[in-house]
Amino acid sequence: MTAVESATAERGVSTGSAVVSFDHVTHWYGNVVAVNDITLELGPGVTGLLGPNGAGKSTILHLLSGFLSPSRGAVTIDGTSPWRNPAVFEKVGLVPERDSVYAFLTAREFVTASARLHTLPDPKAAAERALELVELTGAADRAIQTYSKGMRQRAKVAAALVHDPQVLLLDEPFNGMDPRQRLHMMDLLRGLGREGRTILFSSHILEEVERLADTVQVVVAGRLAASGDYRTIRRLMTNRPHVFVLRSTDDRALARVLIALPAVQGVSLGENGLEVHASDHGAFTRELAKASRTAGIGLRELIPADESLESVFAYLVGA
Amino acid sequence: MYNSTVAWISFRALFGRRRALLFVLPAVVLIVLTLALKSAHGTRPDWPSLLLAQAGIGAVVPLTALLVGTSVLGSEIDDNSVLHLLATPVSRRSVIVSKIAVAALVTAVFAAVPVLLAGLIAVGAHGLAFGCFAGALLGSLLYSAVFVMISAALRHPVAYALAYLALWESLLTRLVGGAKWLSVEQWSLGLAHAISNNSDLSSTLSLTPSIVMPALVLVAVTVYGTRRLSAFTLHAD
Repeated sequence: MTAVESATAERGVSTGSAVVSFDHVTHWYGNVVAVNDITLELGPGVTGLLGPNGAGKSTILHLLSGFLSPSRGAVTIDGTSPWRNPAVFEKVGLVPERDSVYAFLTAREFVTASARLHTLPDPKAAAERALELVELTGAADRAIQTYSKGMRQRAKVAAALVHDPQVLLLDEPFNGMDPRQRLHMMDLLRGLGREGRTILFSSHILEEVERLADTVQVVVAGRLAASGDYRTIRRLMTNRPHVFVLRSTDDRALARVLIALPAVQGVSLGENGLEVHASDHGAFTRELAKASRTAGIGLRELIPADESLESVFAYLVGA
Repeated sequence: MYNSTVAWISFRALFGRRRALLFVLPAVVLIVLTLALKSAHGTRPDWPSLLLAQAGIGAVVPLTALLVGTSVLGSEIDDNSVLHLLATPVSRRSVIVSKIAVAALVTAVFAAVPVLLAGLIAVGAHGLAFGCFAGALLGSLLYSAVFVMISAALRHPVAYALAYLALWESLLTRLVGGAKWLSVEQWSLGLAHAISNNSDLSSTLSLTPSIVMPALVLVAVTVYGTRRLSAFTLHAD
């Protein structure tokens, strides 16, 4: 199942204090398997749920927040199932991906309403605190429909944080945020994680996960492809074989030159040019220019054929 | 069971959409129609009861309830904003009860009150006006509960609500004898008739079934709506 052994313990997170658990969870939408036999445990700290679009990240978050029931297996938060159990939201905050908020309310009204729905003793004070956390106090009396996408995201985060939840689930939380807002939100989530909360956020952007998450769960095609410390997974991603398509003044001669390079694993000549499998991305790109110049061959085109996130993830599944 | 914050958000959502302008339309038609008939000559002597029963209780109340009842929850489910309500520990029964209360109140204001006004214009402070007002209030509550339940249970609630009104209330309750026992319109007319004691008001049910059946159906609809909302699911895009 996994390409990387779980490094949770190495990161100093005690698995004994895990509050979120998936036990062999499968979920079908009709005949389509959205989540396939996933087992994981999340403890305090920030965990990134990484995967390409359609991989099953949102389904995992919907299962955790009780808006889907597992077709098989068990999902629990602090030992209780979230399905048909609204009481779970006493300790869980959810920031959905969809941009659907009560846009006719101001952010202050929206977050205060959320505090009242959580029956907090002082809803107004709790709302102020949450608005300050997301730096939205200045615009809090404007209707949400006048907000940019990033501001709406922050209003949603404030509403989800208003009751100081133990577990925070965020679906693509950085969508629409400008770089400054993104950094601030990352600082906020990192701080919440350090305070002992369990933060799970989904993203299809490697850099977001790299900068924020202590641990990573990589999901590909509904399966858990890798799980554990981000740096280990990143290393595995970087060191994977890379495929390039080349066009030159003499493809056949270039093939002979390239096959002799230590960074090249294989070369094949096709209709679209020369397909090269390189074991080391950096070494190959450095050696290619030098070797072709020495052989007197002109390079016309160099296309990395497997740089998409999907191909990186597909490699992890196969690894 | 009733949650004032859910109700407050629902009111704001109802009147924050352009669709709210439609709420007043059936009432305006009823009042204009009443004024026209009042000033016309040669009308049937029983026109006030026909107008209040068929146009008021039979059309304005269900149409207004349809617009309000499907907006109060269905629109929030359609655009997923209901998620912010459901991602809280508020019980689903509280959500349903509060939504029904809001829908019933708004329908009463935009449909039952106009029925009373139409009655006062047509016959003055007479038993017929007050009886039809009571019937319209009962209809406002029951239709609202049914349409909120449909919104919780089904996608495209407006289509199902229209089908219910056209097929069940307008057709089958007239063609099938036993169906009248399960008709909101007949319960409303039964109550209106019992209060007004007006012989022009045609009603097929007496007071007792017009009170007992709605109470049972209100409970059943609330329980079923709660069950369906508890199983509200989200699908990934």
